[in-house]
Amino acid sequence: MKGAEALAEAAIRAGARFFAGYPITPQNELPEYMARRLPGYGGTFVQAESEVAAINMVYGAGATGTLAVTSSSSPGISLKSEGISNLAAAHVPAVIINVMRSGPGMGTIQPAQTDYFQASKASGHGGFRTITLVPYTLQEAVDLTYRAFELSQRDRNPVIVAPDGFIAAIMEPVDLPDFKELPETPDWAVVGCAGRERNLLLNGGVNEEHQLSQNRKAEAMYKRWEAEDVMVEEYLIEDAEYVIAAAGTSARICKSVINELREEGIKAGMIRPITISPFPYASFEKLGDGVKYVIDVEMSVPAQMVLDVRVGVKGRFPIEEVTTAGGFILKASDVKNKIRELAERK
Amino acid sequence: MEKVYKKPESLNDTPFGYCPGCMHSTISKLVAQVIDEMGLREKAVCVLPVGCGTLGCHTWNLDMICSAHGRAPAVATGVKRCKPDSFVFTYQGDGDLASIGLSEIMCAANRGENFSTIFVNNSIYGMTGGQMAPTTLVGMKATTCPNGRNPETEGYPMHMAEMIAQLKRPVFSGRFAVDTPANILKTKKAIQKAFQNQLDGKGFSMVEVLSNCPTNWGLSPLKTLDFIHEQTMGEFPLGVFKDI
Amino acid sequence: MTKIEILTERCKSCEFCISVCKKGVLEIGDKTNAKGYRYVRVKDQDACIGCLMCANMCPDAAIEIYK
Repeated sequence: MKGAEALAEAAIRAGARFFAGYPITPQNELPEYMARRLPGYGGTFVQAESEVAAINMVYGAGATGTLAVTSSSSPGISLKSEGISNLAAAHVPAVIINVMRSGPGMGTIQPAQTDYFQASKASGHGGFRTITLVPYTLQEAVDLTYRAFELSQRDRNPVIVAPDGFIAAIMEPVDLPDFKELPETPDWAVVGCAGRERNLLLNGGVNEEHQLSQNRKAEAMYKRWEAEDVMVEEYLIEDAEYVIAAAGTSARICKSVINELREEGIKAGMIRPITISPFPYASFEKLGDGVKYVIDVEMSVPAQMVLDVRVGVKGRFPIEEVTTAGGFILKASDVKNKIRELAERK
Repeated sequence: MEKVYKKPESLNDTPFGYCPGCMHSTISKLVAQVIDEMGLREKAVCVLPVGCGTLGCHTWNLDMICSAHGRAPAVATGVKRCKPDSFVFTYQGDGDLASIGLSEIMCAANRGENFSTIFVNNSIYGMTGGQMAPTTLVGMKATTCPNGRNPETEGYPMHMAEMIAQLKRPVFSGRFAVDTPANILKTKKAIQKAFQNQLDGKGFSMVEVLSNCPTNWGLSPLKTLDFIHEQTMGEFPLGVFKDI
Repeated sequence: MTKIEILTERCKSCEFCISVCKKGVLEIGDKTNAKGYRYVRVKDQDACIGCLMCANMCPDAAIEIYK
């Protein structure tokens, strides 16, 4: 299956029964797949008039307790950010798939990781956060999309899955997860108040105290994520002297580089954040004293994730960068040469 | 003795948060009356706008969801598509519906979404303090057109009920007023009609209601009635523009 | 026979009811409610013909009528 289609199928199997979206490259196969397949499962596909309308349709659908999903690519996510902020404020679950392309502005339609800050720190206004999942293979993209619905329902908060355009375009074999039983209508849903007090989904505080208490509750949830929901792959870091920090497609490329460098006798390893929010700071904090360099590798110029890496490294090791952007896929040779060069420094 | 006119059950006990004489209150009351009379309270989902209409969250005793500015028709689309047995309506002002949310209302209407929209047109931004609205009358002053709306630079007032009626898919669109007891009863009938259309699965209906803003028009509540007769209705004729 | 009841805490003294009553049944009173509005009171119950115009016109659902 093509990446974007596999993501769509994973969402359907996770229980998604509402999709609204707007055409944007490089993720059009995802809504197209939904348009073909979702009605067959009793679900609803709507081609919205805009990215803004799409995310707000998802907000309405999610408010009824229906599992709802939208997908887009970078400029489209900027337009959706208002709606994502409202989802977070009103505690309405939803999954947002951002097939990242380069930017800013219209940028290009090729893969990039230039939305790192947006995806991990500020997908909208008001200081909310999301769990943000960055897959590096199609199998992981499928598994994380499936998991995203569970996390979103558990927290009543939007979850972002952020594969870059490369993941959405590749074809590779995947094991698809089982079809999930659809959830019952939750007690907070707005579907008519028969037999209970009315439900009110507010997208803001009714006054200052209420808003502050909402912010405090959210803060506690974000702290729980940091303790319980961090996902990370630590690859050959026990004896590593050169520790790469990379996520998504960058990490996929770095993995092959590490194996080649090891054959040359250079002890390389990698910390691969799977959740870029919450970020796996602890993996960097626990690095042993034998580490010589941390190498931040991103398809973003200037580097963005490096700021999180610095927080985790706490100044213990020098940090070098290997970056590209504009839609260029990272070159394995650039990473390899950089680490070889560092290894030659004494 | 029998109570022949009472506060509707679908209203909360708290008094309305609107200013004295504000017709948001009148229209909210009418909506609640119709919901009571048609027995819709327990299946109703109200989608609220941004603006004075947001105060609806304190007004009605219904399931509700607050939407971002202008997005209520998109939110209502999501709700109704997922729960077709719920009764769904949006309640929106002119800034919300005819300016920032123009795309959402036109496209939801054009799709013929099976929900109902109550559109409150008072020719001004009330909540933000009296700025020019898409429905501000030519020559009418607002804080952002201190010399009066000039059609050369600000264009003419938007006639939403007529615009919606131009689309093929909506089934009902009309403009009404609540400035006299007779007009209030006509508005109530139109709301009934719009809601019944939804129950019958016919599709999108919009009821535009001419309203006032004593605070930002700088007029006493009674004088706003004169303004509506003499000014607003000159620009915005009452009538049903589409009824299929 | 008609009885008008004013839900005084809902009244905001806009005078719409007074303006539509042809019989002069209502007037602004001299007492204020919790919000500080001088609420409407019934001046002449016997003159009321139960036309409901005041209640229909009242924005705030502050008038209830018994017959």
